[in-house]
Amino acid sequence: MKFDTPAGRNPIDQLKVVGRATDRIDGPFKTTGTANYAYDWHDPQSKAVYGFVVGATIAKGRIEAMALDEARAARGVLAIVTADNAGPLDKGKLNAAKLLGGPEVEHYHQAIALVVAETFEQARSAAALIRVDYAETKGEFDLAAVKDTGKPEKLAGAPSDTFIGDFSGAFASAPVQLDATYTTPDQAHAMMEPHASIASWDGDALTVWTSNQMIAWGTRDLALTLGIPKEKVRLVSPFVGGGFGGKLFLRAEAVLAALGARATKRPVKVALTRPLSFNNTVHRPATIQRIRLGATPDGTITAIGHESWSGNLPGGKPEAAVQQTRLLYAGANRMTQTRLAMLDLPEGNSMRAPGEAPGLMVLEIAMDEMAEKLGLDPVEFRIRNDTQVDPEKPERRFSQRSLIECLRKGAARFGWDKRIVKPGQVRDGRWLVGMGVAAAFRNNMNVKSGARVRLDGQGVVTVETDMTDIGTGSYTIIGQTAAEMMGLSLDRVVVRLGDSAYPVSSGSGGQFGANSSTSGVYAACIKLREAVARALGFNSEDAVFEDGRVRSGNRSVPLAEAGKAGDIVAEDTIEFGGDFSKTYQQSTFGAHFVEVGVDVSTAEIRVRRMLAVCAAGRILNPKSARSQVIGGMTMGVGAALMEELAVDTRRGFFVNHDLAGYEVPVHADIPHQDVVFLDETDPISSPMKAKGVGELGICGVSAAVANAVYNATGIRVRDYPLTLDKLLDRMPDAA
Amino acid sequence: MYGSEDLELNRRHLMAGASACAVATACPSTAWAAAENKSDPVMSKVSFTVNGMAHEVDIDTRTTLLDAVREHLHLTGAKKGCDHGQCGACTMIVDGRRINSCLTLAVMHHGDAITTIEGLGKPGDLHPMQAAFVKHDGYQCGFCTPGQICSGVAVLDEIKAGIPSHVTVDLTANAVITTDEIRERMSGNICRCGAYSNIIDAMTEVAGRQA
Repeated sequence: MKFDTPAGRNPIDQLKVVGRATDRIDGPFKTTGTANYAYDWHDPQSKAVYGFVVGATIAKGRIEAMALDEARAARGVLAIVTADNAGPLDKGKLNAAKLLGGPEVEHYHQAIALVVAETFEQARSAAALIRVDYAETKGEFDLAAVKDTGKPEKLAGAPSDTFIGDFSGAFASAPVQLDATYTTPDQAHAMMEPHASIASWDGDALTVWTSNQMIAWGTRDLALTLGIPKEKVRLVSPFVGGGFGGKLFLRAEAVLAALGARATKRPVKVALTRPLSFNNTVHRPATIQRIRLGATPDGTITAIGHESWSGNLPGGKPEAAVQQTRLLYAGANRMTQTRLAMLDLPEGNSMRAPGEAPGLMVLEIAMDEMAEKLGLDPVEFRIRNDTQVDPEKPERRFSQRSLIECLRKGAARFGWDKRIVKPGQVRDGRWLVGMGVAAAFRNNMNVKSGARVRLDGQGVVTVETDMTDIGTGSYTIIGQTAAEMMGLSLDRVVVRLGDSAYPVSSGSGGQFGANSSTSGVYAACIKLREAVARALGFNSEDAVFEDGRVRSGNRSVPLAEAGKAGDIVAEDTIEFGGDFSKTYQQSTFGAHFVEVGVDVSTAEIRVRRMLAVCAAGRILNPKSARSQVIGGMTMGVGAALMEELAVDTRRGFFVNHDLAGYEVPVHADIPHQDVVFLDETDPISSPMKAKGVGELGICGVSAAVANAVYNATGIRVRDYPLTLDKLLDRMPDAA
Repeated sequence: MYGSEDLELNRRHLMAGASACAVATACPSTAWAAAENKSDPVMSKVSFTVNGMAHEVDIDTRTTLLDAVREHLHLTGAKKGCDHGQCGACTMIVDGRRINSCLTLAVMHHGDAITTIEGLGKPGDLHPMQAAFVKHDGYQCGFCTPGQICSGVAVLDEIKAGIPSHVTVDLTANAVITTDEIRERMSGNICRCGAYSNIIDAMTEVAGRQA
């Protein structure tokens, strides 16, 4: 199905199942330990053996020699895979560094060997016996030091530099100016499930139970890496223990499991150890960002400029931190610039809301600073600079844009009118209390997505698609979609996901999964409805599917009747086309409100209250959508207050490479979180009239926290995270 | 790797020396001589009950309780999130107390009664805490969930048993179930998806029903 005209009224609009707060259909499995994640698969007929990954302990250079004999001789060891004996390996289209290094080492903890043994303990112990001699070469590890060597680098679908009007002139002549530079650190996905795969060969056919957000990318890149036809590779990933972008791509453990299984002729299971995960895989790259805002005294932005510098390995991409600045606020004179420097740290790549998350961390502090310079309320300042059209191309309207409503509704609900503008004025015992606000913005992307649906003689509809559920609630919204389309209750629908044997879907990433994959199911169900109507002798145009029956005129037949003579199968793919992207800008919007307390003596920061108001099209399942948003808010608190991969700029690695050193929010850090969704449908987005929401939740949160800290203390921190050492020597008098 | 490689070597020599001493003083010399390959695993029989079922396993003494249950008994509900006691995904209830099963060796649990997530309830027959997690969407990816639920069940018991925490104001009075108490005690169970607010709602509901 081609989606190239705005959606009219369709069966989804009944909202008998879709749009209702619904318990997850996979919940009973997840809560009882019966959902199988990659490392949980167990085949009693073919016992898997264990692979243990060895990572390089230099950041850049060559392996001169690897002493493997002692490890090979250790009890239980079946094989040791290295670049020397693995045979020719290509590189996946989406990998910057090789997944099995050697002799060249491209980054610290790049995998250089896999030890396969009968037991995990034997593999681990033997791995420690491998001795490696390296010839180290000098690398670049310090973004600030190499920033000025950065080259213009285009972003996905956007040039490296954008200029509208006369930014320099307008900024120079603006009566009120802000020119400030900010930094965001390297961050880790730190999903709870480490990268894990079990690989098994049957002749020349490979099956890998893995944990991956994008089945089709993974299948393609694994086949490419191994040099085998992609038809010979099957990936199975029905449950993914968190990804946040870190599992968008084929990673080392899957390749090594396949190589280990080939070498031993046994199924091989490999999980990255937690300490290896941080340097072996990908991370959100650090940025240095400069914002320049010029405004008239009444608060109209006349110049808006955003520059961003980040680093990456050769072949890696820049962090697209400027992209929201092209769309979020009005202003006649605009510029953005993206520069990419070469760094020899592990590969930087997508992490939850790549681009916007670090971009808004910065832009939304700058907006707060500018509001203060103007003497304007930061909510009002943002409202004053709202735009209903793409500021660069005014002929392009936003399909929906309710930023003002999000801000106003949030302000009223949060009690924003009680905020004291002058910082450092509110005390609650030992706490200095402050409130902060930030806008949330994330583009809505639509991605081609397919599904297969089958009706059986019991009246049960089974959906199959390679879409993944990474905690987002895909199982449930896909089930809701099929139930709504076929006139069934949710318990009459079976959903099967995450298998490359199923039709290729959008996969999970960039908050495009929910809207795209359910639209694919919608398309397949339209075909199934036609086939059912034909089978029952109805005119498909006026057949009504409801309450488990198909009705036309006076005649009504149970849906199951259609499947009695044999299953009816339909398959389709939704493709998004037409001139929509020329005519409309599709984005999602929100407003985050945060209250913090800052200990007057220790500068310890505690988040006391949080509210998000979101406008993201139709909300398919308010229960799981709300969870997506509170999850984003939680990660945003982490980014604001604690998350930072500490770079050893001499040795070139992330020092705090475990969950004790890389701190993420825990229960005690997070208060009750309030989320409001505006009632919205967007017929431009898809037949579902929905949009993404999973990344909107993190966008702007960190800045709202930082702005609240400023309001509490009068201390403006422009370098994330806001750890207490950055506040202590500037804290207001405790008296 | 210069510098730190020296450290590695020193540590290895030190460890080798230390374990030789331990063998000489604590073990029968025949056991040492019999081992032809020094990487031969030292095996040990251990018996315990898991979810009420008796098990006896002959196991490498290096095997953690987590790996014994997951890899040998094939109860894979408890998860390995870090293998370091830093994340809580492996939480089990051992003799009524929650424990990071990755931080304890299987051989240390001879005779113990172990409860894993599979022992609390099943699909269609959920434990009240499991049902409350479903109702309040107290999970997202689900990987930390078995640990959260085992911890959650044990935490409510700890509070009822009067065991104080860091945030208990009055150590002489009975601890009461508050959201602050729950948040403090659950902070060893990380949820990167950020379901905390919902987990608190789920636990508060179960605590209220119990009270």
